[in-house]
Amino acid sequence: MQEEKTRGKWGFRFTPVRLVMLAISVAAILVILVRLTVGLSMTNMNDQWPWGLWIYFDVLLGVALAGGGYSTAFIVSILKVDRYESIARSAMLTSLLGYLMVVLGLIVDVGQWFNAWRPFISWGHHSVLFEVFLCVALYTMIQLLEFGEIATEKIFKKYHKYFVASMPVLLIIGVTLPTLHQSSLGELFYIMQGKLDPLWLSPVIPICFLLTSFAVGPAMIALETRLAGRALSHKPDIPVIRSLIRISGGVLSVYFVIKMVDLVVRDQIGNMFAGTFASNMFLLEIGAGVLIPIILAFSKAAATNAGQIWFGCMTVGGLVLSRFNMMTGLGGYMNASGASYFPAWTEITVSVGLVCIACLLYLFIAENFSIVGAHGHGVEHKRKHKVDVPLQDTTTIQA
Amino acid sequence: MKKEERAKKLSRRSFVKLAGGATLAGTALGIAGFPGLAQAANSAEDGLNKSNAVLVDIPKCIGCESCTVACKVSNELAFNQQEQAKTAKERAEEPGKGLVSGTWTSINLYEPVIKGETVRRFVKNQCFHCHQPACASACFAKALYKTPEGPVVYNQYLCVGCRYCMMACPFDIIRYEWEQAIPGISKCQMCVEKVEAGETPSCVSACPKGALKYGKRADLLREAKERIAAKENGVSYIGDVFGEKEAGGTSWLYITDVPFEDMRFRTDVTTKPLPSYTENYMKMTPIIGVSWAAILSGIYIFTHSKNSKKKSTESDQ
Repeated sequence: MQEEKTRGKWGFRFTPVRLVMLAISVAAILVILVRLTVGLSMTNMNDQWPWGLWIYFDVLLGVALAGGGYSTAFIVSILKVDRYESIARSAMLTSLLGYLMVVLGLIVDVGQWFNAWRPFISWGHHSVLFEVFLCVALYTMIQLLEFGEIATEKIFKKYHKYFVASMPVLLIIGVTLPTLHQSSLGELFYIMQGKLDPLWLSPVIPICFLLTSFAVGPAMIALETRLAGRALSHKPDIPVIRSLIRISGGVLSVYFVIKMVDLVVRDQIGNMFAGTFASNMFLLEIGAGVLIPIILAFSKAAATNAGQIWFGCMTVGGLVLSRFNMMTGLGGYMNASGASYFPAWTEITVSVGLVCIACLLYLFIAENFSIVGAHGHGVEHKRKHKVDVPLQDTTTIQA
Repeated sequence: MKKEERAKKLSRRSFVKLAGGATLAGTALGIAGFPGLAQAANSAEDGLNKSNAVLVDIPKCIGCESCTVACKVSNELAFNQQEQAKTAKERAEEPGKGLVSGTWTSINLYEPVIKGETVRRFVKNQCFHCHQPACASACFAKALYKTPEGPVVYNQYLCVGCRYCMMACPFDIIRYEWEQAIPGISKCQMCVEKVEAGETPSCVSACPKGALKYGKRADLLREAKERIAAKENGVSYIGDVFGEKEAGGTSWLYITDVPFEDMRFRTDVTTKPLPSYTENYMKMTPIIGVSWAAILSGIYIFTHSKNSKKKSTESDQ
């Protein structure tokens, strides 16, 4: 009886940083409400730049950075590498929140948002976007169900056993779907023949998108465990993250080779050094975002706290650049007509606000459910690390 | 007759879709996808010649803009004062070549210098109505479709508003109703009702100089080549018909005596139909998805059985 009560306790600590994030979130929600009623005239998107910050940032980046969910699910739950278990839940939660923000971002971006369900009925099965739509929608639902396994440890406990039983199926579908749509997000651009800069326009775009989204998973975990660790007073597990970083480095090496072979085959290798804005951005993307992380991953630095943070920043930065460069690669063509685009304050507010909402939700869930450092599916979870302040309640009852 | 045929084809397609919906989403994609794509490939060449088209003879155009007015009137599009105030030359220099939401066609004036002499040419600008449209292929809600008669038609009822069609369009023709609370796209519908009823599109009917000609695409293509060869009225045409091969062939064809690139035509556009770049990928996806899921299940079963054995031996000790 007593245990039930303490377990059911809810809490959320308000720190100055969190209050700022809350304020930005509220501002973003207000902008979103206005946008949904008055249309897209409040943005700087135009006929030459039909896709703006919301697509490149919220959708492309959101989906890619949430890739940590499926890459860890693959490593931990399918390959069953147990030593990574301690980070599985936080990676999954980040992924779930990432996707929820992507879906919200998409609804804000599309003109007839009330029609967002339409493709479920009216199948444009020839469109790459159709696949992205189906997979993202289904995967978000799968992730919600996966989270159900965690949530039912605290609320609606009698359903917990059903969630535990369905986890294998959810996990397998939950790795298959992201593999498909991570690559399809890249393939979206392949129809823009002659518009996208030849440095990026390649038949291997889907493979590039898939590999980078997989590789960024450990980098996100390396950063996220530090950030969440600070907020939740949880120490990162350096050896575990180190071996994850090695996997990431391996994937990035494969990616680098594919990218170079692709450039040679398409006879574009010389264009890398053309000195144009696009080619410089390309060099930056490959140099700072791929080569440096590979070197860091296989050096001794990967075993240090600072080295892991650097690896995380460089890899995530490289991914941000690689997705942003889809915009760079198209920008040359779009601006040639005399058009230009820079996001309006409304667009920036919504994009930043969505990140804040995700962070706040993460903190709230991490403080109220068993996420950080939790072990195993369901019933028994021992906490490996001593956790103080906010998680006190849960730890005491578990002890 | 034609309408019935189309309805039949559509209902067959939706039946396949329904049947597919009962099975796994991935498998269903395969079932619905294959017959549709195969059908499209076989009839592509055939359909291209049978469909209707418009031939634009650029040297014949005097820039009277009867066509643009006729378009506004017959499609009940509002006249926009700001747009009205622009000259044909200003429109030609705009990023959007004079096309904005609610303006489906524009007449633009180009003044290239040919052999030391400035020449004035008016170009009518509107949707090219590709035979295999990138926009329709890119649409994930089937809000855009090509009719067998020629027009590429938009149905706002199904539109989600993702604007992928705009990104995919090789000629950058599609405009968005940015100022509307509930926006849709805006583009020439080639007077689809008239065309289906066997009539001529409004702009063509309005042209007083015969710069526009409507008919079967195969006939118009032949005529275009004849005009080029005959140097009709002393005009020395350039050898190519724009739209014959561009983006896999379009329903609007252009002939000119001034290089197309001097009049902002996208002459570097691919001659391969744009949907063909992504349709193989979409064909492969369900197969890859199902096999990947099978591989994952295999690994899962393997790793978990091995693990449970290990655990049980541990507990025995």
